[in-house]
Amino acid sequence: MEKRELICIGCPMGCPLTVTLDGGAVVTVQGNTCPRGDAYARREVTAPTRIVTTTVRVTGGILPAVSCKTRSDIPKEKIFDVVRALKSVVVPAPVHIGQVLLPDAAGTGVDVVATKDVAEV
Amino acid sequence: MYDIIIIGAGVSGCACARELSQYDAKILVVEKEEDVCCGTSKANSAIVHAGYDAAHGSLMAKLNVEGSRRMPALAKELDFAYDRCGSLVVCLSNEDRPALQKLYENGIANGVEGLRIIERDELVGMEPNISDAAVAALWAPTGGIVCPFGLTFALAENAAKNGVQFRFDTKVTGLHPLDGGGTGWAVETDHGTLETRCIVNAAGVYADTLHNMADAAHPMTITARRGDYFLLDHTAGQHVRHTVFQLPGKYGKGVLVTPTVHGNLLVGPTAIDVDDKEATATTAAGLDEVREKSGLAVKDIPLRQTITSFAGLRAHEVRHDFFIGEIAPGFVDCAAIESPGLSSAPAIGAMVADIVRGSLHLHNKPDFDPTRRGILDPKALDLAARAELIRQNPAYGQIICRCESVTEGEIIDAIRRTPGARSLDGVKRRTRAGMGRCQAGFCSPRVMEILARELGVPQSEITKSGGASKIIVGTNKDSL
Amino acid sequence: MKNVDLVIIGGGPAGLAAAVAARKSGVQDILILERDSELGGILNQCIHNGFGLHTFKEELTGPEYATRFVTQVRELGIEYKLNTMVLDLAADKTVTAMNKTDGLFQLHPKAVILAMGCRERPRGALNIPGYRPAGIFTAGTAQRLVNMEGCLPGRRVVILGSGDIGLIMARRMTLEGAKVLCVAELMPYSGGLKRNIVQCLDDFGIPLKLSHTVVDIQGKERVTGITLARVENGKPVPGTEEHYDCDTLLLSCGLLPENELSRAAGVALNPVTGGPAVNESLETNLPGVFAAGNVLHVHDLVDYVSEEAAAAGEHAAAYIAGGGAAAGRTLPVRCENGVRYTVPTTIRPDCAGDTVTLRFRVGGVYKNKKIAVYRGTDCIYSRKRPVLAPGEMETVRLKAELLRGPGDAVTVTLEEG
Repeated sequence: MEKRELICIGCPMGCPLTVTLDGGAVVTVQGNTCPRGDAYARREVTAPTRIVTTTVRVTGGILPAVSCKTRSDIPKEKIFDVVRALKSVVVPAPVHIGQVLLPDAAGTGVDVVATKDVAEV
Repeated sequence: MYDIIIIGAGVSGCACARELSQYDAKILVVEKEEDVCCGTSKANSAIVHAGYDAAHGSLMAKLNVEGSRRMPALAKELDFAYDRCGSLVVCLSNEDRPALQKLYENGIANGVEGLRIIERDELVGMEPNISDAAVAALWAPTGGIVCPFGLTFALAENAAKNGVQFRFDTKVTGLHPLDGGGTGWAVETDHGTLETRCIVNAAGVYADTLHNMADAAHPMTITARRGDYFLLDHTAGQHVRHTVFQLPGKYGKGVLVTPTVHGNLLVGPTAIDVDDKEATATTAAGLDEVREKSGLAVKDIPLRQTITSFAGLRAHEVRHDFFIGEIAPGFVDCAAIESPGLSSAPAIGAMVADIVRGSLHLHNKPDFDPTRRGILDPKALDLAARAELIRQNPAYGQIICRCESVTEGEIIDAIRRTPGARSLDGVKRRTRAGMGRCQAGFCSPRVMEILARELGVPQSEITKSGGASKIIVGTNKDSL
Repeated sequence: MKNVDLVIIGGGPAGLAAAVAARKSGVQDILILERDSELGGILNQCIHNGFGLHTFKEELTGPEYATRFVTQVRELGIEYKLNTMVLDLAADKTVTAMNKTDGLFQLHPKAVILAMGCRERPRGALNIPGYRPAGIFTAGTAQRLVNMEGCLPGRRVVILGSGDIGLIMARRMTLEGAKVLCVAELMPYSGGLKRNIVQCLDDFGIPLKLSHTVVDIQGKERVTGITLARVENGKPVPGTEEHYDCDTLLLSCGLLPENELSRAAGVALNPVTGGPAVNESLETNLPGVFAAGNVLHVHDLVDYVSEEAAAAGEHAAAYIAGGGAAAGRTLPVRCENGVRYTVPTTIRPDCAGDTVTLRFRVGGVYKNKKIAVYRGTDCIYSRKRPVLAPGEMETVRLKAELLRGPGDAVTVTLEEG
């Protein structure tokens, strides 16, 4: 039996979690105060995932960049692939919150969407 | 061919330029930095000494008293912030009274007006936060405070208005007399060679280098003497009402505590000789020293209200006197201008101009205009006038710097002047945008935008203070 | 200028939530005055996720969280003015403000809500020695440049201060291509949320150096390096210096409520928070002047800002409608044993609804403690807390009925748990 200590990133509480593993399979999760913590712990020790938030260039807008995010979690090891895939993305203003800026980012199957409106100049 | 090249655009160089601009002459000011007021003139105690300190009989004493005397009229003529708040030299021990008396007598001999030794009761009435140890003080009602940037910009702008040219980012690398009879100099710079009939050496901490190029037989050595300071927020600005010095004595040499013309409190300086003439870094030891000494003459200084600390370099020469004179034909030194150089600047400019006028036989220009208007401060207007100003120019309705309430209108004015602001520091020193308690955290991106727009350059080219001091180094993901 | 009942100074999260709540409580004429060019305040540059779990039961980014409130403000027809700076607030609640289109104008509202937020502690206030070159930014300034302007303020970065903005910016700079060398923290513990240490530092292998500070900054034009040293008893230890080649130093060393307007108006401030001293209704010593959000005390989570500001909006609405009921007795709230401050600092039990919300922070890291609230010697509240840290705000909800009737001051304290 292997034990791993984690800090839950599911919410600002940051619960300290103890995951017990047996041959790579999760046996128990302790220390969580909500189901989110249990789910996080199971993912984190097997296939960790993250939401990526970053920016994309905008032309003709009141601001030269728009904030964006992956619509859902992507594999943690794909973070930089997603960010690199966004390097060449340029969107013309107006940009609307929720607008897909890059579908299926870096083969993750997850879209990158704008998190903010950017109006035209 | 210029008639006069002034090397150095600090307060001395600009004072010389302004005084010389009344004559019919082709004048150029050459400065290695990107703006005026970038050396000693930008980082000092911002005070106008009354003139009791400098040794009687010295040039320093003469020009200090004369500079202080000229300052009120000059402040009106050139519209810069100056306040004759008076100064106090506080005596902390009865043992030190003879030194206080000596200082008083030196001041009287120098011709300082209104000097008086006051006793503790009167002193406490004037300065409730004075040290409990204070027994008496020298009161100098003609001591004052000035905005050193404001004074220097005013002189430079007035000089420019009267035809003086400025060339920045230009470093003098060599000098030699022009060939073939007559007087005149070739001034080598990193941007080519310039020719002039006369040079004024107002190069601050580098004045010795130039002096030694012109007169190697009588070398001069200027030492950079660093002073560290704390600047406190407006909330501490009323802690003292006058400039408070401590009389050197039983408890050592203190630091001064003074209000500034903009309502802050300034505490400092140290006096530490440094080898590097660009070494304007504060040190932990220097700042600790100011902290320790600040409490000697004034109690309960709220140093927690510090918004910035900085260090400046004084151009100290071993004789500890100003060195002004024509040391070679057509080469006028305006060197070793250490404290009280700011106070003396109006008199220094007049003295240098007199020497150059005599040397070049200059004539007065009929159209010389001795006046200059400063950047309009909307805060000084009543509500109706301010509303009317915004109607006429909406840029005065947009606050850019929250802490000091500086509008877009003022910043545009600062950039469009001659010589105008080209960097964040240039805007800051002219308008106070970024000078407040958040120290440009909020306004710097906005000021960068305005600078880029007004100067017609991309925002990525905007610098903090010229040279390699770029604020932005690239765009997001450009290296990925 | 048309007159209004309620002026809200600041259109960030606090101002928006206060406006929405006030409108829902029946205030018709509301005007939000916002100094920036859009509503949302600091949320516009906080593009990371982690907002709104309490308020909306889902995880949003800062701009998304702001948009939820901005949409409500628009739907409710609440008026606002952008690029508008309040120059002065008078004790009689006269608000003097200006912008480019309306020029200079004055308003005489029945109530005012202060929602100006906070600012960052700058380098000068930290007394870091060294040069003053380009390349020294507060984390928030860098955040604006990167997240809103799309430009990089540096490529090799050291961050001083492990508050949440510093941690978040370590990740943001990394994802935009910069190399973050380390985050140094003066204290022996981080000032930020634990999850931010995991997902902003650990994920990217960025070291967190506790009990370290910057003792020198090199570079005359642009930063070329900094020196860190270990700190013991608040002082750098000689011989522990480490040099870092970098072009940028980010400072995340604390936030200060922005109360220049309040102070000038005569609002009494709490010296511990730097924000107004308020009663249970979040009302300052000036009747009809309320405060909420980071101008009142620096919060850790925007959800609490929204909740607090909504309460301020409701109390302002009640004030406008009723013009002030009989206040009855006022109980002071005291803090002890590591509780640094409380908001509110006074409670008028007769003016409280069913519950009184107390928020506070502790002065150090505490383990296995109990938060206890006393009235005189009677314990009226107690809750176990395995860990308390200065980076996290604590909330206590007291039953107002326990505060009514005769009795002494209220004391909030920590006890062995």
